[in-house]
Amino acid sequence: MDKQIFIQITYLISSVLFIFGIKMLGKTSTARQGNFYSTFAMLLAIVATLYSQEIFSVWEIFAAILVGSAIGTVAALTVPMTSMPEMVALFNGVGGAASVLVAVTEYWNKTNTSTSIDSIIGTSISVSIIIGAVTFSGSLVAYGKLSGKITGKAVVYPLQHPINALLFLVAVVFAVYTVVTPTETIILILTSLSLLLGILLVIPIGGADMPVVISLLNSYSGMAGCATGFILNNNVLVISGALVGSSGIILTQIMCKAMNRSLVSVLLGGFGQVAGTSTTVSGATGKPAKEVGIEEAAMLFDGASSVIIVPGYGMAVAQAQHAVRDLMKLLEKKGCNTRFAIHPVAGRMPGHMNVLLAEAEVPYDKMIEMDLINPDFPNTDIVFVVGANDIVNPAARNNPSSPIYGMPILNADKAKMVIVSKRSMAVGYAGIENELFTLDNTFMLFGDAKATISKLVQELEQMS
Amino acid sequence: MTILELLTLFYIFVLATFSGFELISKVPPNLHTPLMSGSNAISGITIVGALICSTAALKLPGIYGKITGLLAIVLATINVVGGYLVTDRMLKMFKKKK
Repeated sequence: MDKQIFIQITYLISSVLFIFGIKMLGKTSTARQGNFYSTFAMLLAIVATLYSQEIFSVWEIFAAILVGSAIGTVAALTVPMTSMPEMVALFNGVGGAASVLVAVTEYWNKTNTSTSIDSIIGTSISVSIIIGAVTFSGSLVAYGKLSGKITGKAVVYPLQHPINALLFLVAVVFAVYTVVTPTETIILILTSLSLLLGILLVIPIGGADMPVVISLLNSYSGMAGCATGFILNNNVLVISGALVGSSGIILTQIMCKAMNRSLVSVLLGGFGQVAGTSTTVSGATGKPAKEVGIEEAAMLFDGASSVIIVPGYGMAVAQAQHAVRDLMKLLEKKGCNTRFAIHPVAGRMPGHMNVLLAEAEVPYDKMIEMDLINPDFPNTDIVFVVGANDIVNPAARNNPSSPIYGMPILNADKAKMVIVSKRSMAVGYAGIENELFTLDNTFMLFGDAKATISKLVQELEQMS
Repeated sequence: MTILELLTLFYIFVLATFSGFELISKVPPNLHTPLMSGSNAISGITIVGALICSTAALKLPGIYGKITGLLAIVLATINVVGGYLVTDRMLKMFKKKK
């Protein structure tokens, strides 16, 4: 059989397997198998490429693959589940960087063989460089923010948006230059400008908006791969890049909807910086929050027959997921119906809480999504809020002047009783007070979530 | 590349984008993180591009193309291997109640 035909057929099979893999990733029962299909598809594509290029004997290439595999394996197997958002951000960035390098290498190959770069290839090279470089530097900033290496707060300065817009325009000018008269200097400038743009685009976005940013960067990393497919006229690159690009966009939309914000307002950034001074929630001021001790809280839990636990980013920070799991198990043993209510943007990346709880061996059918569990709150004895704030703030429902008004929330305030595990009365990401904390049926359990919940479990154990 | 070749690629791009939207639109929130890291691993398909262009670069004179090409392979492999392994690690943890 003709070699080219064999390769193209293998790429086709690989594309089909990618599609099946993604489809199966969408159902909990088939997800792991889906990931396996997609891994196999990748392996097929790689082996077919190695065969097509007759590079089974080139040692440099195998050395490079070996180095990459070693780094990837170590990173994937050692990263703690709490650091998953950082890890995904880094992997996104690495993928973006690879796309830039492919584009640059292809440019060098063309100039080296004195092949003229036509406008189609030139455009594809520019697009790969811009998207890839923005993905790379943007992901590194996101990584820095998520890991606390740089401030998680939104960084704002005067003329921020005009500067970014100007920078983008200059980048477009150099992209056009790359198409018309490609030289090394122009490509270098284009790459540098795009890297700077990536940094400046993510810097003004605050920590809790990270779910949106990571989803978007995920989408970019796919599109960057797709652009390299246009440079090399390669179908499998275009198909898988486009699949990732569109799935990232969908996740981005889901996240934006869960925060009731437009993508534009998230990307412009600066959220929560001014809100704290200008807004006070009516009814919240002047009313003190009621505190509850661990023993007392244990007694309350002992009498409950239904409990909903609402985890938030604070649970991840305090690494309290195992303590929370112990609490769930104990309550279940006492015959109390215990479930978790998961808000779509709880945590720092989409599905962050689900992964943490799964790691702590909480079965996934105990984690209920917002729309399904919201009607159950009024019939629930105790809602236990662990390190969550804005996602349970009733102001989103009933205070039109609140910056988070209109955001869908978990209706924790409608439960018979609310217990909040929190380090202090500090405001949440949106910088506003939470009137849930001062309701008549709310009790605050102050202290580090992991320590207090562990003690709570001990107390509760002694009661039975 | 001819305009016709470009148009064919565009057809593929548009159709794949639409199927991507269709495939993902109903993923339960439970799986958002694994979906993201799993699709991130797929974006490591750039490795195919990296292999093709660095093979060419290795046969040509000049050191820069070789360096960027091989570095592209290393980075894309990190993306692919790391992405798939970490996704599998997460999915392994998702269990139904026994």
